[in-house]
Amino acid sequence: MKKQMIAMLLAGGQGSRLGALTQGMAKPAVAFGGKYRIIDFPLSNCVNSGVDTVGVLTQYRPLQLNTHIGIGIPWDLDKQFGGVTILPPYEKTGDSEWYTGTANAIYQNLEFMEQYDPDYVLILSGDHIYKMDYEDMLRCHMENQAEATIAVMPVPWEEAPRYGIMITDGEGRITDFEEKPKNPRSNLASMGIYIFNYATLKQELQELAHVPGCDFGMHVIPHIHRRQGRLFSYEFGSYWKDVGTLSTYWEANMELTDLVPEFNLYEEFWQIYTAAEAYPPAFVAAEGKVETSIVGDGSLIQGSVKHSVLGANVKVAPGAKVRDCVIMNGVVIEEGAVVRKAIIAENAVIGAGVRIGEGVFAPSRLDPKVYNSEITVIGAGSVIPAGVQIGRNAAVMGPTEPGDYPGGVLESGDYIIKKGGRS
Amino acid sequence: MKAVGIILAGGSSTRLQALSRRRAVAAMPLAGTYRSIDFALSNMSNSGVGTVAVVTQYSSRSLNFHLSSSKWWDFGRKQGGLFLLNPTITPDSAHWYRGTADALIQNLDFLKERHEPYVIIASGDGVYKLDYNQVLEQHVAAGAEITVVCKKMPRAEGDRFGVLKLDNEGRIIAWDEKVEDRKNGGEKLINCGIYVVRRRHLIQMLEEAAREERFDLVKDILIPSLEKKRLVSFLLESYWCNINSVGSYFACNKDLLDPDLRHFFFTEFPQIHTKVDDNPPAKFNGSARVSNSLVAGGSIINGSVTDSVLFKKVYVGDRSQVTNCILMDDVYIGDDVVLENCIVERKVRIQAGTRQIGDPDNIPVLS
Repeated sequence: MKKQMIAMLLAGGQGSRLGALTQGMAKPAVAFGGKYRIIDFPLSNCVNSGVDTVGVLTQYRPLQLNTHIGIGIPWDLDKQFGGVTILPPYEKTGDSEWYTGTANAIYQNLEFMEQYDPDYVLILSGDHIYKMDYEDMLRCHMENQAEATIAVMPVPWEEAPRYGIMITDGEGRITDFEEKPKNPRSNLASMGIYIFNYATLKQELQELAHVPGCDFGMHVIPHIHRRQGRLFSYEFGSYWKDVGTLSTYWEANMELTDLVPEFNLYEEFWQIYTAAEAYPPAFVAAEGKVETSIVGDGSLIQGSVKHSVLGANVKVAPGAKVRDCVIMNGVVIEEGAVVRKAIIAENAVIGAGVRIGEGVFAPSRLDPKVYNSEITVIGAGSVIPAGVQIGRNAAVMGPTEPGDYPGGVLESGDYIIKKGGRS
Repeated sequence: MKAVGIILAGGSSTRLQALSRRRAVAAMPLAGTYRSIDFALSNMSNSGVGTVAVVTQYSSRSLNFHLSSSKWWDFGRKQGGLFLLNPTITPDSAHWYRGTADALIQNLDFLKERHEPYVIIASGDGVYKLDYNQVLEQHVAAGAEITVVCKKMPRAEGDRFGVLKLDNEGRIIAWDEKVEDRKNGGEKLINCGIYVVRRRHLIQMLEEAAREERFDLVKDILIPSLEKKRLVSFLLESYWCNINSVGSYFACNKDLLDPDLRHFFFTEFPQIHTKVDDNPPAKFNGSARVSNSLVAGGSIINGSVTDSVLFKKVYVGDRSQVTNCILMDDVYIGDDVVLENCIVERKVRIQAGTRQIGDPDNIPVLS
């Protein structure tokens, strides 16, 4: 039996710039939009594009991801032939290694791909929020008789130096590329989505097998380019968001509360599927108030919520105030707590009368590369004791106690990391 | 588990008026994201009953859609599973199910081929949480031949339920079926439509009834055997509601505005399961004012909503006011609408500017 195209989804990365959010889980498992996890977007795109065979490559803290994907039921990827398969690194006789790079990870799973005898392989990452028809990209790939096609996205010229930039001719053929160029010659950024002819992919991976940390962008694509293989671009023009930093993650969530969001989840067409538990609807109590927000099923709102994204089964107690926040599943915000501009990860408990987001910005003492906005982050399962005050750009991970807050205060830019927590 | 489950879900109810036009009573949407049959199905699954048959007849399509896969209630098993028993034409019979007993008579083979010693029969329109193991344990301990689950209710409340009288040991000695009995104060004991019986015994009773062309489980089998057999009651202490009229449908949905009751059903272990849709979270825009209301996924709220239950993918337009209403899936409320004391059927569009105030004692169904 055979599949025309299978997908390989790279989901092993930590996503270290998401700080506390990826402390306990890989980036693709991070919750998004009050209901989803980031990996739901590429997975749903696969299903909606008719790609029914997906290998998900895991490495960094895979438990959440494994639990979420299970046997693929929510995406109808529980199939007799094909479906979703989790592919962790494995021990071999002799040269065992972790996945050392994107291409190396795929190389270590050649056997998996062989089972399906595919003509094409779609390489995806679990890092982005977007809806894309991979079938249309495949059509383009076939029309161009390409060996490899790279999805690209026009970005504002001033942002181009942050991306891998593709330079193309009039037919979309890639003539050159530059990694994070100071003076970009094009504004077409690589989206990290590739379609390869399987024969090309296999040959390249085998030829480059010895390259340490073999990577698609750094090694495989340049190698094909050097031998003047047929490399084409596929231009994508819709919503595509990298949620790799705390501020882009926060912004992408907040955009969903716009009157008519640019990324619309409420359309019947191209639904995003996820593994959600059964809950009754969100409940706003008589004393509760919710505006400019999205609120997941099972949530109980007795306090006031404004301009925020709330996941499922969140509790906002009477007198509590939530402003400009992303609150994930199962979070409890106790009476009278005031939470501003924060990301609160799963199952955290914010004690009564706690104030988060007080004062003014201060540079992070934990990691200024990660924490560099006004957003305060509370990690999954954390406990914030009643009455304490937490500044901006702060981070808390774990079950903290009053003694962890000298004078009842955690200043802006400061942090507390403790082991354990609720789950 | 020593029992096989049967859920009677074939009925309609004229007192559900327009609501039952397109669905079986057991498929009535409830609490925004559930359907009435989820309760019986989840109770079966949570009690460890591995083999369950759902008897359908009236307007069964809505129910079949909901049951399109048994995995949501954990019945997708190699051993056992969920079976739908629809009326069929056979060389011996071309009848619809002529009653609850006839539905079982026409499926006697199913009962005969099972190996479990007991049968749990439950109606598909009850809203309750019950570990059937408790009923079974009591059934055995009390030496009962048939156990009937019953519930105490204020005499003034509800009607058309079978009213039971017990002796000191809990044996049922009188059973008045569907009587109007609101006169006196105090409490009455009503039949919840959940029975436990030994499988062989049930087969025997059904075969006897078939010979005499008696087709109703309660009227033709249970009530006539009160004297000869030991019918024992099992008292259900927790919440129970039967959806059999517009009034009870409205009341039951309103009951579920109580967070404690929702916790009891939907977050306290073991939870009631349902088929989960892929709707995004409910969206509250800047002008939304929602109070004491449930708002299910996929809904978008612009106006004000008070004391109401909004099912999935409901839209409420600007400046509209929805009070004390139940809006079922996909209802669209235009701008400047005033809606009070109404049930709005699935997919109905309420035009901008509409004003409709229903009688709270006789809730209208807009369809």
